Amino acid sequence: MDTLDLARWQFAITTVYHFFFVPVTISLVAITAGLQTAWYRTGKEKYLRLTKFYGKLFLINIAMGVVTGLVQEFQFGMNWSDYSRFVGDVFGAPLALEGLLAFFLESTFIGLWIFGWDRLPKLVHLGCIWMVVLGTQLSAYFILAANSWMQNPVGFRYNAARGRAELTDLWAVLTNKVVLVTFPHTIFAAFMVGGAFVAGVALWHLVRRPGTDRDVFRSALKIGASVVLVAGVGVAISGDLQGKVMTEVQPMKMAAAEALYETEKPASFSVFTVGTLDGSKEIFSIKLPYLLSFLATGRFDGEVQGINSLQEAYEQLYGPGSYKPNIPLTYWTFRLMIGVGMASAAVALWLLWTTRRGRAPARWLVWLAAPLPLLPLVANTFGWIFTETGRQPWLVFGLLPTASGVSPGTTSGEVITSLVGFTALYGVLAVVETKLLLRTIRTGLAGTDAPPDTAPDQPDKPLSFAY
Amino acid sequence: MELTTVWFVAIATLWTGYFVLEGFDFGVGMLYRVLGRNEPERRAAISTIGPVWDGNEVWLIMAGAATFAAFPEWYATLFSGFYLPLFAILVGLIVRGVALEYRGKRDEPEWRARMDAMIVVGSVLPALLWGVAFGNIVRGVPLDAGHEYVGGFGTLLNPFALLGGLTFVAVFVTHGAIFLALRTTDDLRVRANRLATRTGAVAAVLTIAFLAWAQALRGDTVSVIVTIAAIVAFAGGLVANLLRREGWAFVGTTLAIGLAVVSLFVALFPDVMPSTLDPGSTLTIVDAASTPYTLKAMTIITAIFMPLVLLYQGWTYWVFRKRVVVA
Repeated sequence: MDTLDLARWQFAITTVYHFFFVPVTISLVAITAGLQTAWYRTGKEKYLRLTKFYGKLFLINIAMGVVTGLVQEFQFGMNWSDYSRFVGDVFGAPLALEGLLAFFLESTFIGLWIFGWDRLPKLVHLGCIWMVVLGTQLSAYFILAANSWMQNPVGFRYNAARGRAELTDLWAVLTNKVVLVTFPHTIFAAFMVGGAFVAGVALWHLVRRPGTDRDVFRSALKIGASVVLVAGVGVAISGDLQGKVMTEVQPMKMAAAEALYETEKPASFSVFTVGTLDGSKEIFSIKLPYLLSFLATGRFDGEVQGINSLQEAYEQLYGPGSYKPNIPLTYWTFRLMIGVGMASAAVALWLLWTTRRGRAPARWLVWLAAPLPLLPLVANTFGWIFTETGRQPWLVFGLLPTASGVSPGTTSGEVITSLVGFTALYGVLAVVETKLLLRTIRTGLAGTDAPPDTAPDQPDKPLSFAY
Repeated sequence: MELTTVWFVAIATLWTGYFVLEGFDFGVGMLYRVLGRNEPERRAAISTIGPVWDGNEVWLIMAGAATFAAFPEWYATLFSGFYLPLFAILVGLIVRGVALEYRGKRDEPEWRARMDAMIVVGSVLPALLWGVAFGNIVRGVPLDAGHEYVGGFGTLLNPFALLGGLTFVAVFVTHGAIFLALRTTDDLRVRANRLATRTGAVAAVLTIAFLAWAQALRGDTVSVIVTIAAIVAFAGGLVANLLRREGWAFVGTTLAIGLAVVSLFVALFPDVMPSTLDPGSTLTIVDAASTPYTLKAMTIITAIFMPLVLLYQGWTYWVFRKRVVVA
């Protein structure tokens, strides 16, 4: 493997790993904030206990999100220096805005929230976690604006003398039509993960410890499952809008999503295909007529361009070369994203039904506790693999090929060192984090009911909540 | 002032803020295991940085992102050139961040011992390597005409840069000890105060040697004046520490670190990455800069939001201003 392949693998591994923690963080902090608000408004102790319990799980998770995020920012410079030179004038701005408007907010107010339980007035303390929520939302927006610019570059001009893209309209970058649909899609998808996490943990407790804190975990199960369902509807609607924008700005990605080689009108969507390895010939498939036309264009008889005609058009536009992404990868990740996501919503619906009006969940349902949060998480991952590999062979669509972005002076030895190093470290941390999460989940609500006893004018005592 | 100069100053400010702030939490990370003789003391020591270290680290993220946006060429050359040290810094920061958050999550001595080791390594390694990196930035590194780094890993390990690394570690240890003396009580406070005196003497010698060497390599009148001010501030901090005036001692090391970093940036200006191969290959603020439009947009946004950040970060320090007692 050369430096380019290694750098791509490293980006894929570190980014996919980082994004295991991102959706959980985004949604769990908001759910925790919601629980704390419920406690503030109603004074019911169960909401306080849930706030502390899920808050602790959120903190275990965000620690990993923060540290793996560090790598994300620096590897653009390390492995992709020519990319950084090419895009920095445009791409750097939303990244810097993310730091200035989001990261400072998140990190500062999270410290205040963790250590401020008995030092801040209740309302101010509640405000702190909402500031963290705001920070995560802003962070998501800015980084998705940066990513959306790579999918659909806007608000720039190409400076041939400097060989780089230059920003001409920051507002256009921040209101790119791709980010306007990608942001809600990503946020709703994140809430499916967090809701499923809350519900999965509660389900485990209800089945395994039916005698302990039953009412509290029943509430958590309902809240979690309802979040999954509402977010699921949001994901479907925003995903549908996103498909139409994608067809418009990256038709090749839509064609690759269906492995549609020849232009069709109307085009059908295949649920399942057995084909040759590169997906160019199908042997057997189950098809839903008209559906792809609708997904891509909003009309059941709309025309969807095929890979072959797009390839020809791109050769005319950009010169000889292959402009096809990895078709089997895009085809399957697109399906799995939708299928696995829908499955998690179905499980959530089933849980709500089976626990309606005080019914206890059946014992066998405990087997759903772990898959429930993992399903939407995996769907998130498939979605990102689809959208990023579907952009190939471009780094910045239509402007900068992936092969031109890699650091020219970086040796494959260096990339191997960091690839192996980060992967090994991430592997170890995954074990540590998972064990800690499971331990904390098993411990349950014990310890969450201790009332804060330090008066505000006392000297600072080390707090047990986090340290 | 030209916008490129404004952004050079902005980035110098972000690095200065980063080293002043994370400097003491690196120091506390290196020291709490030895200064705290039992678990309650260690927990108290670590609680002094608990609410703030994460926010301090964002100054680094901000410095990186601002460099990417304002000087893409600098960002590209620096981080691809200093590849392996940066990789090691990232590993250190990852290990440290996780351990700081997870240390208190399990109540077992073996677990804590493991997390302590991670925090110590994760505090020493980045401190040392940032010193090496800044030594190399000031000294200059082999860059070709395309501003690509053409040296190897060994090139970065020259005596001047290694001295920089040791200086950073010694200064941060002292800064951290003084911070601990300021934020704790009883035995812990006394021990931190005494340790700061001893490490302070070493740090002072290293600082004078490193800053003087830096000025000899690339100094002008202004940077020499700032360097002298940094050394005076450091000496003042150490005297205050001897007199057990902890607040003034902390002001002294804060000013010393701030001025020292400023002196390095003043010496560097208007270059950002000097080339040791050919002066023509040196990367300057003008070569590295983004367009005036980008710089202007970022200037406006930063002018609006940075005061807000300073306000709420300052508020955090105010909320947690009281000494942490061992419990």
